[in-house]
Amino acid sequence: MASWVLKGLRTGIRTTTYPDRPETAAGVTPGRPQGTRLGDDDAADLVARCPTGAIAQQDGGVAVDLARCVHCQRCLRDDAGTVVPWEATYEWASVADDKAAMRRLERAFGRSLHIRFVDAGACGACVSEARQLNNPYYNMHRLGLFMTPTPRNADVLLVSGPVSDAMRLPLQKAYEAMPTPKRVVAIGACAVFGGVFGPSFAAAGGAAEIVPVDVVVPGCPPPPLAILHGLLLAVERRPAVPTLSSPPQAGGGRS
Amino acid sequence: MTTTAAQQSSARDFVDLCRNRWQGRVDASADESGGRLACQRSDLVDVCQWLGQERDYAFATLIVEETADGRLLTYVFYGSDSPRLVRVELALAAGIAEVPSIAGLANGPSADWHEREAEDLFGVRFEGHPRLGEFVLHEDWPEGVNPMRHDFDGRARQTHRAVDPKWEPPTIVAASGAFAMPVGPVFSDFAESAHFLLETVGEDVIRTIPRFFYKYRGVEKIAEGQMPDRTVLLAERFSGTSAFAHGLGFCQAVETICAIAVPSRALALRTVFAELERLRHHAAVIAGICRSTALVVATSQAELIEEDLLRLSAEVANHRYLFGLIRPGGLAADISADAARRLAEASRAAAARLGDLHDMLRYSSSFLDRLEEVGVVAHDRARSYGLVGPVARAAGVDRDMRKLFAYAGYKSADFFVPAEKEGDGYARLRVLLREAEESAALVDRLVSSLPAGPISAPATAWRAGAALSVVEAPQGAAFHWVRLSADGSVARYRITPPSFTNWHGFHLAAENFAFQDFPIILASFGLSNAECDR
Repeated sequence: MASWVLKGLRTGIRTTTYPDRPETAAGVTPGRPQGTRLGDDDAADLVARCPTGAIAQQDGGVAVDLARCVHCQRCLRDDAGTVVPWEATYEWASVADDKAAMRRLERAFGRSLHIRFVDAGACGACVSEARQLNNPYYNMHRLGLFMTPTPRNADVLLVSGPVSDAMRLPLQKAYEAMPTPKRVVAIGACAVFGGVFGPSFAAAGGAAEIVPVDVVVPGCPPPPLAILHGLLLAVERRPAVPTLSSPPQAGGGRS
Repeated sequence: MTTTAAQQSSARDFVDLCRNRWQGRVDASADESGGRLACQRSDLVDVCQWLGQERDYAFATLIVEETADGRLLTYVFYGSDSPRLVRVELALAAGIAEVPSIAGLANGPSADWHEREAEDLFGVRFEGHPRLGEFVLHEDWPEGVNPMRHDFDGRARQTHRAVDPKWEPPTIVAASGAFAMPVGPVFSDFAESAHFLLETVGEDVIRTIPRFFYKYRGVEKIAEGQMPDRTVLLAERFSGTSAFAHGLGFCQAVETICAIAVPSRALALRTVFAELERLRHHAAVIAGICRSTALVVATSQAELIEEDLLRLSAEVANHRYLFGLIRPGGLAADISADAARRLAEASRAAAARLGDLHDMLRYSSSFLDRLEEVGVVAHDRARSYGLVGPVARAAGVDRDMRKLFAYAGYKSADFFVPAEKEGDGYARLRVLLREAEESAALVDRLVSSLPAGPISAPATAWRAGAALSVVEAPQGAAFHWVRLSADGSVARYRITPPSFTNWHGFHLAAENFAFQDFPIILASFGLSNAECDR
């Protein structure tokens, strides 16, 4: 056993300093597209290339609805035509559509959270990225965030997947079993809008179809830091970011 | 795939043998896609039995297709003799739904779940099958509605059926104090949704009744009518932790149908990414095994390796799970010389760290106690269930699709396929560790000798047709059957992922064990429910 202790000590501390300081290591995020100014023909071409309808023509360019992006990278590959710039950010979480959700977020909790994860038909990548939060690089315990085996002890329901038919009821029951106040954080394009799967005969097309969603974390899958941002947003330790990336104004600034 | 003269002659022998044996009742032929035996319902069981018992073919998959005048059932078998693939075809006239079940044959258990799935999704009735119904579609699904039929609209949302399902299968264990303990569908910290009913008399679990398809997203249905560039999104995303392997499986099938010649640089790079994915996937499963035994430092070490490989994937391919990289005809993006060097260096480092971990685990007796003789799958059962991948190789079933079918760049790649005999949790861990080290070595060798040239074939016209593509996904053999219409849209897509095949055999390893070993058996199988359920 002593050899394991030594091994652990020799490995040293690998944990990110996020959210105190930004994480700059390569590969922590796939990045995502940004709205940009373009001619009409190029803009129309990009709109046609985007398979999920995330890109739309707007104000002399294209705007990106980041909630719908599944990182297919077709707007990034230059052999297909014009490209849009990608930005290597990882703070992707946003408050769900309506203002009512905002009110519910007001300081319902202290700084710490107990989280119950429900896989409602996720492909495994979101599950894997959420699991990374416990690895030494992200170590969410240091932030007072804990997984709990039962929804009865949970403050936050972390949901991934488009909500497959057989997971509707377990998801609903898990939500109902949680004590109030409670929040739902939907992670991944599938849980946000159904992703490439739904809605269909087999999937509801997003967690909001079944339970009231407070925070959405877009991405396919969202990297661990984006999920962490979503959890920190649920306790208002980090601000939300908008899910729409508009083309910059002619003057240079963003609308 | 090119065939040698020797393979062609033995494929001809096979055809002659079949013609003689069934005296014209079975229409036998062979081409570059393999052998084809078209038979009647009365000969189906005999043909399948002969292939399994006399010719040592393993059952791969069952494909049901609706045709203009009824239905076509294609039973696919694979083996190491030529022809490597044999398709047994059974045409059913309209209105006939009864087919004899082959699930009772010695090699038949592997067809068991395929028949149950076809019964649920197509309404084919398999006569003599011991247990049909409520498999893919759970009890709240309306009776007699088969979603894979063409007249069912898969895009229409189903109205929610207000049924509270209480799944209570018959329990078998009758002893004083016996009870059935349900686990799932929501359990553990980050477990994928699945349900396990453990029949137990206190601490000892006598048997396990698993239930899957909580995550059924109808991928094969919603692929229908879509163009390949859209379907590839589904192929990558139905199982995110083996995205590249399944994307490759789909693209290879499309390329075969449309006779697209993939450039050599793309073939080599596909091999590199498939091995990078295998390495990362195995690191994750190894971390899971260490976690299930609560060996904290080893878990952290494996997790660090996994996260480093995820970051490496994002650095060289812009995505941590390699989404968006593969497409019919080649790859969507090349890698720079710098990225190639980075890949070689990082895979060498990962191999060294896995080697260290392996050395330390080998001498951790408390850890080995939890794995040795736990979750044993005996060799003959692994064979009769047709298990695949590391789970099968740990039980001495030494089959690897990279060797058997030599797709992508594997024909010229020099690599070794580790196998063990015991079939227990420790054997599976050893196979995973050695395979991961071998994958790392393969990435290193391949990136140092990448051929130059384009990474994608020029655009080709779509063709109507069907093809089966076989890949060795991280968990084992994956079979992708694709039929395209003349306009290039997908008419039928059938995926048989390794997790589907191996979950079917999971209960073999989960019999007569101590309750606290359940997470360990689960972790040592390392399977994905998303991949199984589709």
